[in-house]
Order: sequence, then structure tokens, then C-alpha cells
Amino acid sequence: MAGEADFDPVFEGLSQREIRRMDRASQFAVVCAREAVTDSGLDFGTVPPERVGVSLGSAVAATTSIEREYLVLSDAGRQWLVDYEWASPHMFHYLSPGVMPAEVAWTVGAEGPVTLVSNGCTSGVDSVGHAVALISEGTADVMLSGASDTPVTPIVVASLDAIKATTPRNDDPEHACRPFDASRNGFVLAEGAAVMVLEEYERARARGAHIYAEIAAYAARCSAYHMTRLKADGRELAEAIRLALDEARLDPTAIDYVSAHGAGTKQNDRHETAALKLGLGEHAYRVQVSSIKSMIGHSLGAIGSIEIAASALAIDNSVIPPTANLHEADPECDLDYVPLVAREARIGSVLTVGSGFGGFQSALVLRRPGGS
Amino acid sequence: MSTPVYLTGLGVAAPNGLGAGQFWDATLSGRSGITEITRFDTSRYPAGLAGQILDFAAENYLTGRLRIQTDRSTRLALVAADWALADAAVDTTAFNEYDMGVVTSNALGGFEFTHNELRNLWAEGPDAVSVYESFAWFYAVNTGQIAIRNGLRGRNNTLVAEQAGGLDAIGHARRTIRRGVKLMLAGGVDSAFDPWGWVAQLSTGQISLDRDPRRAYRPFDGTACGYLPGEGGAFLVLEEAGSAIARGVDRVYGEIAGYASTFDPPATSARPPALGRAIELALADAGLQPADISVVFADAAGIPALDRAEAAAISGVFGPRSVPVTAPKALTGRLYAGGGPLDVAAAALSIRDGVIPATAATSAVPDDYDIDLVVGHPRTGEAVTAALVLARGKCGFNSAVVLRAVALSTTHHGKGATTHDNL
Repeated sequence: MAGEADFDPVFEGLSQREIRRMDRASQFAVVCAREAVTDSGLDFGTVPPERVGVSLGSAVAATTSIEREYLVLSDAGRQWLVDYEWASPHMFHYLSPGVMPAEVAWTVGAEGPVTLVSNGCTSGVDSVGHAVALISEGTADVMLSGASDTPVTPIVVASLDAIKATTPRNDDPEHACRPFDASRNGFVLAEGAAVMVLEEYERARARGAHIYAEIAAYAARCSAYHMTRLKADGRELAEAIRLALDEARLDPTAIDYVSAHGAGTKQNDRHETAALKLGLGEHAYRVQVSSIKSMIGHSLGAIGSIEIAASALAIDNSVIPPTANLHEADPECDLDYVPLVAREARIGSVLTVGSGFGGFQSALVLRRPGGS
Repeated sequence: MSTPVYLTGLGVAAPNGLGAGQFWDATLSGRSGITEITRFDTSRYPAGLAGQILDFAAENYLTGRLRIQTDRSTRLALVAADWALADAAVDTTAFNEYDMGVVTSNALGGFEFTHNELRNLWAEGPDAVSVYESFAWFYAVNTGQIAIRNGLRGRNNTLVAEQAGGLDAIGHARRTIRRGVKLMLAGGVDSAFDPWGWVAQLSTGQISLDRDPRRAYRPFDGTACGYLPGEGGAFLVLEEAGSAIARGVDRVYGEIAGYASTFDPPATSARPPALGRAIELALADAGLQPADISVVFADAAGIPALDRAEAAAISGVFGPRSVPVTAPKALTGRLYAGGGPLDVAAAALSIRDGVIPATAATSAVPDDYDIDLVVGHPRTGEAVTAALVLARGKCGFNSAVVLRAVALSTTHHGKGATTHDNL
């Protein structure tokens, strides 16, 4: 059971050569990038290519193709000395995923800074934070940024099952992911991608762009505690939240909505709730918090960017997405998680957070454009 | 924004030397780490030479508990990071935990580990998969493990851009320091010499098929026929200058004075490749003119078209044969994410000793490359005051770092009384 996307690369406009060349995660990234470019209304022919960059996130990159090619080369695991005669000419690029941001760069001819940010499950927050830093410091004027992961493949399923990170609720997919609910027992592995066009504010305003949101701040800390376990107190994530608020010059009370990591594991949801209390103080009990993973699962490195896109849409549409499947909150998770039903609300500022293997703790603040 | 960032510690794990001292001795004396691959039978593959680290005994440095959960590349990275911190005489307990961070680059991930786990999965079933597979493979593993081992809780990151990524990690560490973190470990290590990793590297069509270990990888030679890969890399300790001086460092290898990264236009474009622009941007970032650069550590692809393009970029910025160019990586192979950091370590030692190592395997550079490649013996006799390090990653990544000499004039009034001047 997993969150699989209804994705047909031919229907999405990829050529046969692109389909052969690109791993599924690259295909997702490129399709999203083209949609983002169209949606932005920006004519990239008017921007010097040197001033356009790419910062793409991914946790496990071309894992789908790596496993597929392994099965061919090893004759389904029988040969340790794998057969060179069967090697795909694209094999190296499945192994070394610099090709993912490169494919995105080629969609618009970007010649500025191009990189893959790979910090496990915070990759999609960190990639956008990185893009914002490059624009702020003056290295680029326009960044294509986001993340893509397509990890629904036997080796990833087996490796997450081995540490009981994923829910065993395989007979009830729709209700399997239950963030903050007392009956939650793991996350649902998923695939997905989101790509955004980021521009310096005055530049976007001057060309009359539809601005979904301003990215006001990004901060990261590391728990440096364990590769997969989280300390219950959430202090490093809280520190990232405080730093991001400082950078955005916002009081905690200015946050109207928290797009939670909310993976639906026992440890994450407690850790995150504790971090929100530490990071936001009393306001944690008043702010509306939700996890869209309850509906689309956890696409590892991609989900952070998907949640940023959802946060921008929440601001743009004045609506807060709900936490599905939350019927009976864990007593240790005692915040307002917007259970079951979306709420209409004018949203000035959103905090979105991520937490991942390797101890990465990230926080990003989005604000209604124009600062009002 | 312009806080100087000092390089204060080196940790090297290279095929021709474990530790910066051994590596540098080998590099200056032309001792190569290129050998026949010893870990599996290469007779069925078209190539079998690589830069292997043959004398690394992980059990001397890492507990069994850590070894069982890590790929070889991560074990090398953990030890290289330890050595860098020791070289800089860093007492991590003397720092605020959020004042230290780590940024790594990783081009291949824990690949040999994953090859084993894929075999376990498909030959024996899901229950045979290691509980460590979920984090031993992914590209962030070295960042996470180094952070845990050393308590680095500041801003950490992992950047991937094939061979260029290692310089991006250094550039990003400098950015992170300028944003307030006092000390960053930066670098990269890669290793994928299991049969499947080898086949993946062969699939590039860029590996030299020459079977003579002394000549197989000869960058900028007119008869160059591909590169050889290696394993290992380097970690660097970078510090905010004021913080380094305040804690009384007695040695600074140099300042990370300039950094830039660019991306080539698509293959179908008529626009020029972007390496030359990366050089210009890095120089401008450092506030230096081409004439200020004492040596260029080249990317040195070992493929004629790419060598020619790099030579054109260098001579285009510096003028024909106007700056010494070298590629000590001919003795180690290309180390992917480890390559750029290892070259920066070599540049630091060049500055320290006033010597430029040679490009060992190359004998005849085509005249029209118009570069002054250091071949045969190391070049001495002139101070090395600033080095430019270049790295290119497959797909079109270009990165450049400028390392500038720093003179510390110690006045022996105890901690905090050291003054510093850039040369």
C-alpha cells in the first residue's frame, strides 16, 4: 500500500527519448517544472540564462531505476558480478542524481547555480531555503526550486518496513495515515513532486506576476542524536522555528497556520508537538496545525516542497487543508490539528516544518505577498 | 557578508595516502594510488584499474556498532572528518552546539552497502534486508553521521552535483559561516568499487580502458583516453576568521576567498560552455585579478574534448600559458564528490610549502591547448599566494574555489592577541 501518482509520462508530454533517459523522479520534476514555468507567466527568454538557477530536492532520487537495472544486471539477484553487457547507458545518472536538477535546468536553459539538495525527508524544505538564499545574496534572479521523489519500490519499502517506520495498515489505504491520532502507527510511503518559480519580489511585482506568497525566512538545525530516532523534547526543531521567525521578524502570534511534518509515526508527531510548543510558546495552543500527509502520504524528500506549495495555495485561497483520519487525538498531541474538514480563514503567515533521518530539522515561513 | 572564512584543518583519505601528510608526500614524490581493482574479479569487465585505498582499517577508528551500519564511503568520511577536526585542534565541547555544522557532497551514496541489501532482498526476501539500509544508502548519510559523531547542530546540508559538488559544499559552508555559524566541516567522500558500482561507472563510456596503471589516466595529454575513478576525498575545517583567531589557532592554511558555480547550456544550444564564467565569477568574488593566481588545480577530465574545453577556459581568462596548471588527481583517480575537496587540500599544502605538484602521467600536451601544465617534477621557487581550484560534474556543472594565503603574525600575548593580514 502506498501513495502512487496517476502519472502517464506520454500524456504529460514527455518524448520517448526523455522517458527512456529519465528516471521516474526526474520525469516528475520536469513535468512539474514545465507546469510551474507556464503558470508563472514568466518569459524565460527575457531573463539572462546566467541569472537563472535550479535548486531541487530529493532523498532517494533514482531509486526506481536503480532497482530495475539491478534486477536486469544481476539476473534478479543471482549474480554478484553483475553483467556489464546489460548495462543501461543511463545507469551512472541513476546512481549519481545530479542529472535531476540538470534536467530541470535544461527545460529553461538555466546557466546559473544548479544543485540537488539531498537531506532525506527535509530535502524539499531545504532545497527551497537554498534557492531563497541564492536570490537573497544576489547570485540568481530567478530560481526553479522544489523537490521530487518516487520511492515506491521494493528496496525502499523493505528498508522502511525493517525499522517499522511505515504503517502496517495495508488493508485500509485511505485511513492508513493518521497524524496526531491516538491510533497512528506509521507513515504511508508515497511519491510526488512540486516545483516552483521563485523570483525577487520587486522583479515579480514589476512584471505583474500573480504572486502566491513571499518566502519570508528559512532556518535549519540538526538534532545530531540518531540517524532515525528523534529526541522527545523537539528542541532543535524548536530552535529552527525560532530562528525562522527571527529572520522573518515575526512574533509567533503572527503565524496563522502551521503546515506540519505530521508523518503519522508515534515519535514524529510527539516530537513535533513538543517543538511547536517550545518554538511558538502559548501561541502553539491557538494556531491551526494540519498535516496533508494524512491524504497524500509521505513522499520523503518531495513532501517538503509539496507542503510549501500547499501553504502558498492556502494563503492564495484563504483556506486551511485538514488533517484527515484524525478522530481521537493522542493525549500528548493536544494542539488544534484542523481535523477532517478544511477551514476558510484569511492567512497572513504560514510556518511549514520538516524533520528527517539524519537529524535534519527545518522551518520555513511564507507570508501573504506585499507584507499585509 | 564579507567575513573572511579561514581553512584551519585538513582531513584526507586518498588512494595514495591516508592523512594529509602521507597524501602530500606521495603527491610530491609522484607515488600513485592507481592499481588493479582487488575487491572483485574484473576479468569480465572492459576496465579494471582504479584509485583504491588499500590500507584503511576502519576497525582502528570506528566501533563495530558504527561499522555495521555504514557503507565504506561513510566510514572513510567519518575518519577524514575526525582527522580534519584534530588537525585544526578543535575542541568541539568549547563551542556552542549550534555554532558548528557540516555540509557534505555525495555523488554516489552508500552504494556497495545497497548492492548487498538488494541482493539480500531479491535472493533471500524482505526479512533479510538490513535495518540500516534506510539510512546507509541515501545521499545525506555522511552529513548525518558526522553530525551525530561530533555533535554538530548548526545548519547542515548535502549537495549533489557529481564531481563539482565537493566545491559547492565548500562554497556553501562559507555561506553558512557568513550567516552566523562559527565552524563548518565541509567536504566529500565517495566510493563505489563493488561490481555493480563499477558497471555503473563504466556505463559513462568515459573510463579509460588502458591497462597500464602508470599512464591510463593522463589528463591534457594529446593521447588521453578517459579517466580512472578513485575512492576517498577530504574534509576541511572552515571557520569564521575572528572566531578562529579568538580560539588561538596557530595555523591557517588559507582563506576561502572566492567561490562560484555555473551550469553549461544544453548540448543543443549555440551558447558557450560556462566554465570560463565560473572562473571569472570566483576571481571577482575574491577581489583578485588573473595575475594574482599562482596555480590552477584543473578538473582534468582526461577526455580530449573536455580537456580542450577546460584548457580554452583557463587560457581564455589567464591568457596563453600565463599560469601554472596542474592535476595531482592523475595519482588518485577522479574521486567524484571527494575530488574538489582533495584538490583544495592540495592547494592549501601548495600554499604552505611554496611548491606546485606535477601532473604525473601526462607527457605531451598539445601545443594548441595553450596551457602551462606542470609535468614531470613539482615546481618550486616561487611563493604560492593564491590557488584556483576547478571541478566539473557530468551534465554540465562547473564550480570554482579560490584559496588565498593568509599570514598570521603572532604577537605571543596569549589567546585573542593574534593579528592577521591577507597577503
